[in-house]
Amino acid sequence: MAEIDIIAKLKESKLLGRSGSGFPTGLKWEMVKNEKAAKKYIVCNAASGEPKVMKDEYLLENHPQEIIEGIKIALQTIDNSSAYIYLRKDFYVKFKDILVKLTKNLPIMLVKKPGGYLAGEETCVCEAIEGKNPEPRIKPPFPTQAGLFGFPTLINNVETFYYVSQIAKSQYKNTRFYTVAGQAKNKGVFELPADWPIERVLKETGNWPKSDFFAQVGGGASGEVLLPEELQKPAGGPGAIIIYEKKKTACLKLMKEWAVFFLEQNCDKCTPCREGVFRISEMLNKGKVDGKALQDIVVNLREASFCGLGKIAGIPFSGLINKVCKSLLTENK
Amino acid sequence: MQITINGKQIAAVEGKTVLEIAMINGIDIPFLCYHSDLKIKANCRLCLVSIKGKRGLQTACSTLVEPDMEISTESAEINQIRKTNLELLFAQYKKSLGAWDFNPELLRLAKKYQIDLQRFSDRKKHYPKYQFGPAVLFDTSKCIDCRNCVDACHNQAVDFLEIREKETFFQPAPSQDKKTDCIYCGQCVAHCPVAALSAAADFDKVEKALNQKNKVVVFQFAPSIRTSIGEEFNLPYGEVVTEKIVGALKALGADKVFDTSVGADFTSTEEAKELIEKIQAGKGACLSSCCPSWVKYVEFFYPEFVHCLATTRSPQIILGGLIKTYFANKDKIDPKKVVVVSIMPCTSKKYEITRKELEINGLKPVDYVLTTRELAHLFKKHKIDLKTVKPEKADDPLGLPTGGGVIYGASGGVAESALRSAYLMMTKANLPKIEFTEVRGLQGIKKALIQMGDRTIKMAVVNGIGNAKTILEELKKNPKAYDAVEVMACPGGCIGGGGQPVPTYGAIRSKRAGSLYEIDAKEQGRIAHLNPVVKEVYRDYLINEKIIKTICHTKYASVKRK
Repeated sequence: MAEIDIIAKLKESKLLGRSGSGFPTGLKWEMVKNEKAAKKYIVCNAASGEPKVMKDEYLLENHPQEIIEGIKIALQTIDNSSAYIYLRKDFYVKFKDILVKLTKNLPIMLVKKPGGYLAGEETCVCEAIEGKNPEPRIKPPFPTQAGLFGFPTLINNVETFYYVSQIAKSQYKNTRFYTVAGQAKNKGVFELPADWPIERVLKETGNWPKSDFFAQVGGGASGEVLLPEELQKPAGGPGAIIIYEKKKTACLKLMKEWAVFFLEQNCDKCTPCREGVFRISEMLNKGKVDGKALQDIVVNLREASFCGLGKIAGIPFSGLINKVCKSLLTENK
Repeated sequence: MQITINGKQIAAVEGKTVLEIAMINGIDIPFLCYHSDLKIKANCRLCLVSIKGKRGLQTACSTLVEPDMEISTESAEINQIRKTNLELLFAQYKKSLGAWDFNPELLRLAKKYQIDLQRFSDRKKHYPKYQFGPAVLFDTSKCIDCRNCVDACHNQAVDFLEIREKETFFQPAPSQDKKTDCIYCGQCVAHCPVAALSAAADFDKVEKALNQKNKVVVFQFAPSIRTSIGEEFNLPYGEVVTEKIVGALKALGADKVFDTSVGADFTSTEEAKELIEKIQAGKGACLSSCCPSWVKYVEFFYPEFVHCLATTRSPQIILGGLIKTYFANKDKIDPKKVVVVSIMPCTSKKYEITRKELEINGLKPVDYVLTTRELAHLFKKHKIDLKTVKPEKADDPLGLPTGGGVIYGASGGVAESALRSAYLMMTKANLPKIEFTEVRGLQGIKKALIQMGDRTIKMAVVNGIGNAKTILEELKKNPKAYDAVEVMACPGGCIGGGGQPVPTYGAIRSKRAGSLYEIDAKEQGRIAHLNPVVKEVYRDYLINEKIIKTICHTKYASVKRK
């Protein structure tokens, strides 16, 4: 296939990056292609750190050929390029053999993500593959300009590469892979239209709960907390929908789990995320949340954090407390 | 180009950041993790500003100016964010209030943004203190995680401080890797915005000695102090306060005050002799040895060069040795009763005086080292104001240096002073020009070819130990690449030392060094070995090789991490 063709097709398809950030894929490919450099890199990001997002694993399990096909198309499109598949540790163990087999004789290398870090952020991925501490870099330059080892780098999610192969074959029908998890009857990964409202996804998959519930939508840690009446919009982020039945859910315990996740997974580089997440966790451990402090911290996380992880880290906490468990708030003067 | 900050048109230069332009124009954008010596990290998040046309807030430290940029440095939203950030950091900083070494910047910001000092509890209450040799103290419970120390240590090519995980937090900590070790330079101290890193303080021991009737407390002060300590008393950068230091030390209770620059004149004399001997014998490069961090660096990281280090002792050690021998004899004082206190710009000098091989008749040449900041603290504690104190001249017989001894405080100064003497000793001709400007300045590596009679001396001056590797690797390949190498661990030399006032950065280093060179230019005597004091001591005391060796020379050995 002619290379201009695929970029035009990607643009025409309006495919958005499926890591959760939603950057237009065609534009990203074009940016990397147009950079002038002696060599370029392609990275397939299979290291999303968000808990309860099952779709990357599902795709690696069921469609490894299509993913490799997508990477191959990128290799053909971007001159002087070679590729890495950057895998979460458990994915590396599970899929190493099949991926090695499929990438034989191709300039594609497998890299295992260093343990413990939430190193799925693009610039963290570059740092990690270079063997450094996976901490976010200052942008600009963006990875498309100077990414891995300082060369222009195309970083796409597993699902994005899968759909590139579908688009090349003109088989893309504006779908995405949803994960339905939590207290749902029919949990799993479902390929459905990308523009469906969350409610429809749940209903069509037989997952609309009978009792009162809330959903965390996006990822299992930083996803937004939504009440049933708020599910009229399409799912954001990496497309996980986690169901929590109100009567079965201990909000404090759930939030503590989120807090532990962020404490363990953040890189501690910037003040809002390092200290802010700690203070949220501290308040949760006391069982009482100072609403003003929480609000200040959430604003700081959103507006002042260094990277995308920090910017969204406060969202689930303020959402759950304000929408579901206001009783945890101390009296505000 | 033109930009607008807070509605005001400002001329800006391409390639500069918003923060740099704001600072040049006196616009107060708060920051803690920015330092012009270090790579931009943008992690404290205090310098956030809003820029028209850009989504969200941007860190001024990491944003390059663009033509017609419109920047707002303050707004209700920005100030609220700064307030919360400061509150989040203040819990750790709180413990610095009232400590002897204290950086008031965070407190200033706390007041400006009206933060609630008690909003959050101390997250690091149980964090440990580390001491690095006798030189540096790292109280990790005060650390605000800006990571400047880690980057400063990396710039020194030491990487002793690193980011390690502890209880889910990645934070600065000393490395456990036996392949690296602290060289005590104190650049971490000089770059810490909250004094979580400080010199391992000894001023209380000095106060105690001053209170003991039977002790004769003799102070000496390093060349670079005279153009830096004024900053601690709000005097302009680079202000020369030599005689005020003497007056203030006398007010503190010093029995005698001598000038370490006189010690430097002895060092130059002996080092010039060593250099000539090495050149004539074709013994390979002569490496300077005044900087104890550099000596430790060689002993630890490059033991194969230990034999190249000049055996000449550093100025404070020679002067200390002379105080406890020559001076004590002359004034008929029991050397055991003499307490020598050095005022140094340096944390590493605290380590140097513990080296066993320097002892003379079982006595340490120097008993205590105080840094510039420690002395300033001591003056303030005793209500001695350097601004108003009566100036006095340093005491005889070790109080009158040459200009060569004074420029020791700047990178290249040791080389220049030794070259002046070596030239005269070797050629017996007059110096064509006394100033070796090729070796001055703040470049990382300075090279010069110096004609001495029929020989051309290849000289390299390394400014900041991070640059030493280049020269050492060159010497490994070609031992004749250089005849003489001066290395100062701290950028700028001692005027940028780890014990100096903060902040220390390029422009301040230039001012401090510039004033040293001005002193030199005005001096009658500028050649170390021609100093009448030096001549007198060689005539009366340093009369044979054995005693010269005892007072003026030492030895080195490779070391491993303990």
